[in-house]
Amino acid sequence: MITKRVLFSFPKDMVEKPIVYHLVKDYDLVVNIFRARITPEDEGFLLVDVTGPEDRIAEGLAFVRAANVAVNESEIGLRWDEGLCTSCGNCLTHCPTGALKIVDRAAMKVGFEPPLCVECLSCISVCPFGACSSLF
Amino acid sequence: MKTYEEINAKIEAKTAVVMTAEEIIDYVDRKGLDQAAREVDVVTTATFGPMCSSGCFLNFGHAMPRIRITEAWIDDVAAYGGVAAVDVYLGATQLRKNDPANTYYPGEFRFGGGHAMEKLVAGEELELFALSYGTDDYPLREIRTRFSIKDLNQAIMVNPRNCYQNYNVAINGSDKPVYSYLGLLKPRMENLGYSSAGQLSPLLNDPHYRTIGVGTRVWLAGAQGHVYAEGTQHASACLRGDNGVPMEGAGTLALTGDMKRMRKEFVRGVSLPGYGVSLSLGVGVPIPILDVDMLRQTCVRDRDIYAPVIDYSRDYQYKTGKVVCRLSYEQLKSGEVTIEGKKVMTGSLSSYAKAREIAWLLKEEISRGEFLVSRPLAPLPPNQSCGGLAARETTR
Repeated sequence: MITKRVLFSFPKDMVEKPIVYHLVKDYDLVVNIFRARITPEDEGFLLVDVTGPEDRIAEGLAFVRAANVAVNESEIGLRWDEGLCTSCGNCLTHCPTGALKIVDRAAMKVGFEPPLCVECLSCISVCPFGACSSLF
Repeated sequence: MKTYEEINAKIEAKTAVVMTAEEIIDYVDRKGLDQAAREVDVVTTATFGPMCSSGCFLNFGHAMPRIRITEAWIDDVAAYGGVAAVDVYLGATQLRKNDPANTYYPGEFRFGGGHAMEKLVAGEELELFALSYGTDDYPLREIRTRFSIKDLNQAIMVNPRNCYQNYNVAINGSDKPVYSYLGLLKPRMENLGYSSAGQLSPLLNDPHYRTIGVGTRVWLAGAQGHVYAEGTQHASACLRGDNGVPMEGAGTLALTGDMKRMRKEFVRGVSLPGYGVSLSLGVGVPIPILDVDMLRQTCVRDRDIYAPVIDYSRDYQYKTGKVVCRLSYEQLKSGEVTIEGKKVMTGSLSSYAKAREIAWLLKEEISRGEFLVSRPLAPLPPNQSCGGLAARETTR
């Protein structure tokens, strides 16, 4: 059993298809939804953790792709722009999982570890420099 | 003993020994004060953080026909027009017109004077809208145009208060969130906010203002600027530790520099939810090592610098003077401290990483012979306190 973080991007005409239902029912996967924005007549985004045997996950994701939904296995919905970050550290006390953290304490440099991010979005409003934003 | 002239002669000959305020600590530990004082010529200090009392004078040149600007907006941010015809002053904390501020609390405060200054230094185009009542010699009554920094005759940053020597640590002992200029403070002392470069900070390395005074050349966001006066609220008569280092706000510097020579990564607009807009600025100050005493001051460490923890849910507002406790910058930088038996996460508004970068950049400039140290023209007031504002009854 493995767990994979995937970001589904739905084109405008696809937001009404029950993708999650099929992943659970047909592929026997555990789907944990972190964040979703599915608006009729607009693009949709769904960020999930899928858990199951590796081959079943691969089959499930192939089904999703075949349904014309983009599957992104490397990105998440929260964007941290290293170029805008000044490493002030104002976000650190607001990130509940330590995804935003001091990566080098001698230099007091801030870094972002996407796998730890649960997309609570707290950092977006507290960052004084707009370094954190959301894809959706 | 070295003189300013001897140190500058070595800088010009590219033989000066320069270290950052961080490097010098280990170096003196290894070599001892006496030997290090003979060897080292300059120690570079730096800071990067929100400095609200910042702004710039801009001169647009004269339009055809001429306009005598009385009111002006730059990217919809009001600039002060009560100076000569085409001069304005843009302040860092001026909010963009029509921003709802805290009407829908907590407000987002997305754009203001500091952001316009960041765009200006980045070379981006901004919009100028200006009004006038019209005169015989300045007939134009309105102008709307675009400009970038290269179109301006002058863009001179003039900051009445930068580089606070030390600063409060903000905490929230109430059961409601507090949106402050030291960040969002969670209820029941869950987190705190501080803002200082600690052992790298300019005035903490020269606590009695021996080499930093009016006229001192400073590195202001990449440009060579100057201290033009004591900073506003300069309060040198403060509580000090045994090492002479202030344990509260204390001294400040008024700085000026040419924005055309600044680097955009050190002039950054700031948005603080529920509070407002500001500007984060990078400043570096070289300290000439005149003798052993001066060197000793620059060896100050984070663990020897203490800041007062103040409750920003009530004590700050009502100036009660209550200090919850004092914490060292070593404790603050560790990420977690204990206050009244409770674990508190630490957040910061200043960037130590940027301060470090600036100290290095300044060290390199001095080593290349491009940045000379300067003897102050006049000292900063040594024993001065900062008064409050009395609400007196008016007679009109």
